[in-house]
Amino acid sequence: MSMRDSERGKGHGHRGGPTRTSRRTFLKSVVAATPALGLLGCGPRHGSAQARTPVYFTPDEATFIDAATQRLIPADDLGGGANEAGITTFIDLQLAGAYGRAERWYMQGPWPHGIDQQGFQLKYTPAQIYRDAIGRVEAHCRQQHGKPFAQLDPAHQDDLLHALEKGEVDLGDIPAKTFFAMLWQNTQEGYLADPAYSGNRDFAGWKLIGFPGPRYNYVEDIGKFGRPYEAPFVSLVGRDPSAYLRGES
Amino acid sequence: MAKRERPVDVVLVGFGWTAAIIAQELTDAGVQVLALERGEFRDTVPDFATDTIQDELRYAVRKQIFESPERETLTFRNSADQTALPMRHLGSFLPAAGVGGAGVHWNGQCWRFLPQDFEIRTHTEQRYGRKFIPESMNLQDWGVTYDELEPHYDRFEYLCGVSGTAGNIGGVKQAGGNPFEGARKRGYPLPPLKRCASTVLFDKAAREAGFDPFPCPAANASKPYRNPLGVQMGQCTYCGYCEWFGCGNYSKASPQTTILPVLLKKANFSYRTRCNVTRVNTDNTGKRATGVTYVDVDGNEIEQPAGMVVLCAFAQHNVHLLLLSKIGTPYDPTTGRGVVGRNYAYQITSSVDVFQKEILNPFMGAGALGQGVDNFNGDNFDHGPLGFIGGGYIALWNTGGRPILQHYLPKDAPTWGSGWKKVMHDNYLTATSIATHGSVMSYRSNYLDLDPTWRDDYGNPLLRLTFDFQPNEHAMSDYLTDQATKIAQAIPDATHHVKKRDGHYSIVPYQTTHNTGGAAMGADPTTSVVNRYLQSWDVPNLFVMGASVFPQNAGYNPTGTVGALTFWAAEAMKRYLKNPGPLVSA
Ligand SMILES: Cc1cc2nc3c(=O)[nH]c(=O)nc-3n(C[C@H](O)[C@H](O)[C@H](O)COP(=O)(O)OP(=O)(O)OC[C@H]3O[C@@H](n4cnc5c(N)ncnc54)[C@H](O)[C@@H]3O)c2cc1C
Ligand code: SF4
Repeated sequence: MSMRDSERGKGHGHRGGPTRTSRRTFLKSVVAATPALGLLGCGPRHGSAQARTPVYFTPDEATFIDAATQRLIPADDLGGGANEAGITTFIDLQLAGAYGRAERWYMQGPWPHGIDQQGFQLKYTPAQIYRDAIGRVEAHCRQQHGKPFAQLDPAHQDDLLHALEKGEVDLGDIPAKTFFAMLWQNTQEGYLADPAYSGNRDFAGWKLIGFPGPRYNYVEDIGKFGRPYEAPFVSLVGRDPSAYLRGES
Repeated sequence: MAKRERPVDVVLVGFGWTAAIIAQELTDAGVQVLALERGEFRDTVPDFATDTIQDELRYAVRKQIFESPERETLTFRNSADQTALPMRHLGSFLPAAGVGGAGVHWNGQCWRFLPQDFEIRTHTEQRYGRKFIPESMNLQDWGVTYDELEPHYDRFEYLCGVSGTAGNIGGVKQAGGNPFEGARKRGYPLPPLKRCASTVLFDKAAREAGFDPFPCPAANASKPYRNPLGVQMGQCTYCGYCEWFGCGNYSKASPQTTILPVLLKKANFSYRTRCNVTRVNTDNTGKRATGVTYVDVDGNEIEQPAGMVVLCAFAQHNVHLLLLSKIGTPYDPTTGRGVVGRNYAYQITSSVDVFQKEILNPFMGAGALGQGVDNFNGDNFDHGPLGFIGGGYIALWNTGGRPILQHYLPKDAPTWGSGWKKVMHDNYLTATSIATHGSVMSYRSNYLDLDPTWRDDYGNPLLRLTFDFQPNEHAMSDYLTDQATKIAQAIPDATHHVKKRDGHYSIVPYQTTHNTGGAAMGADPTTSVVNRYLQSWDVPNLFVMGASVFPQNAGYNPTGTVGALTFWAAEAMKRYLKNPGPLVSA
């Protein structure tokens, strides 16, 4: 029988392949992606992001991320910004998890420099890149302006972010462009990923663009050309992800 | 000393699309078949249940559904004068790991190649003359014809429940279908998918531009369907989590939804997961495979003896195994001699993003919901004045509107800040994109071999990819992009962002998982690795499946042709099993 054979090697996740999931393991996996919640001792589903102690970031790093992401996605007449959407918490939890550790990346040396077409060739994980780069950006701010990034006025903050984007700031081993691209990519993820991951709070990102969330059946609606789709926003963990993250649902 | 397992008649390396077909066919023929898969077992329930799988961050962005490069990757460079460096995380293509292979997370865009594609060298010489073919190009006939493959395309389409409108039944053109397609024996098993707002826009605009649009063939079931194996599929719900995800609705054709319910019940079939095959073993003559060696999840090396070996591990993995096992002569780019690793090709794509006023609700989509034109594919148009070889389709696919990776922004839009918020707000529901999907020919300078420096977790050299787009491909792709722009221009009140494929090939942005070649099929053992039945020229009890056997790549997604070739090869294997030996004499 086939099944018996397939059971061989049970008990060890094959790091090369995706692991089996189910609704229950999904919920667990969100928690796994948010190890902090357990570490904080308030139960695996307690994750109210408001002023939650960061897991990976130091308080100063979190302050930097708060300030930088709020410039990348500001509060304006189209709605709240990165801070209101919980993006610092999202990035913090991502860096504390498998992504932060580059768990699925090939990280064996040697590490020569490559050309753009060869892609990422740094020996640092995303978590290390953030730590190192934030430290250097802050040193740059102190040297240029005598204060940390978060205390610069918005125009100066924007100037510095543009300079990072163009690769005009020296961050040692880490090209400024690489750090900026990673920060901006993770910021967008925090705004547009399922709120189950602690960002996109109150569906901020999805409300901005009009994406209703993971719904499953559009057989009837797909033929209603030109009409807005008006069902309520929904997450993988229901209509009220904040309550879910607080452990109330 | 490696542990030795009990011998089996046939061992399959990998348990994805091609392995599932071969297993089903050969177990029907009465032999004992074992599939060895490096990834996990997975099935519709629980792995692809909609409340689990519809997670863009986890599956598409962090790429948890695909191969993890951590253990095994490849190195890449554009040309032989550069040092190839490891692909440290996935980008340009997304190979699979796990039962069902990439069949789990493909789109289901299920095409037939054109009859001329299989005889491209002969056809090109006849129509344009020998001199039309660049010196550096390895343009090759396949050794099999469209007419020979037609019944096998038909089998794959009926296995999958492909939805579409036929364009040519028995040589008679059919209204509403693709007027350029090769003659088919009968229509598709299912009518086309529903139209969505954006495919309707495309259809109208393409007609206005003077082209012949049709619904693209989709292995997403437009209606409930029972396939010839008796397996039931459900109607696609246009959930939009299709490509890069598994289907929770039994609607996208995959090994799980079309074959496994029957195959897994058979007494003469078994499979083992978490088994990474590292070698095909041969006897001391080197002319006979004795089985394979694999490493299990605990790091144990295990020998699996078998009477016959079939490589079903996906394009580049098949080639890697051939090179590691020293089967066939490796290609040497300096002399042009040797065959294993030669003829690597890919796909060249571009797009024209369209910004218009009507609400399109892009999130209501399916992996293969598209409207296309084939006026500029293959040799459907006169290449004489254009001077390049090849072509491709132009289509508007509405595969979904997943917010992180599937939003379009106008040219020169602000990249962040309040300006970015505004363009996201203004365009997400109304923007769409027209894609071009072009052929890539094979060249002396594009190939696969073993890397001298980097190794995988098993201590083996990584595969090394040397590849770049050539002037022929850029000229062809630019031409296709110009035609796509004409369609975009026929959409009322719209602006466009034309995204040509400029410059060198890069491993960074996702393009397609349509890696081809490296173990080309053909009639001549000096330019091919396997014969027209996908049987190794060197080791007759070894067969190689999948797009690795394409001598060059056509302007379509590969899997329709991969499926047809697999059924075709399965017939030949049945003959081989009765009467072992080379099916073609070299
Ligand atoms: C995101 C995506 C979208 C796609 N969309 C389309 C589409 O719309 N249309 C189309 O025509 N094609 C599409 N494709 C391509 C299509 O999925 C493949 O052509 C098809 O699955 C190939 O079948 P295969 O059997 O060769 O490989 P696979 O189905 O990938 O199976 C190979 C299996 O072998 C296993 N394996 C590899 N190496 C080893 C080893 N050493 N030991 C043991 N096991 C091993 C892998 O884990 C995998 O499970 C898409 C692919 C991807 C990734
Ligand atoms: S779009 Fe259709 S075929 Fe694709 S995953 Fe959703 S239900 Fe399945």
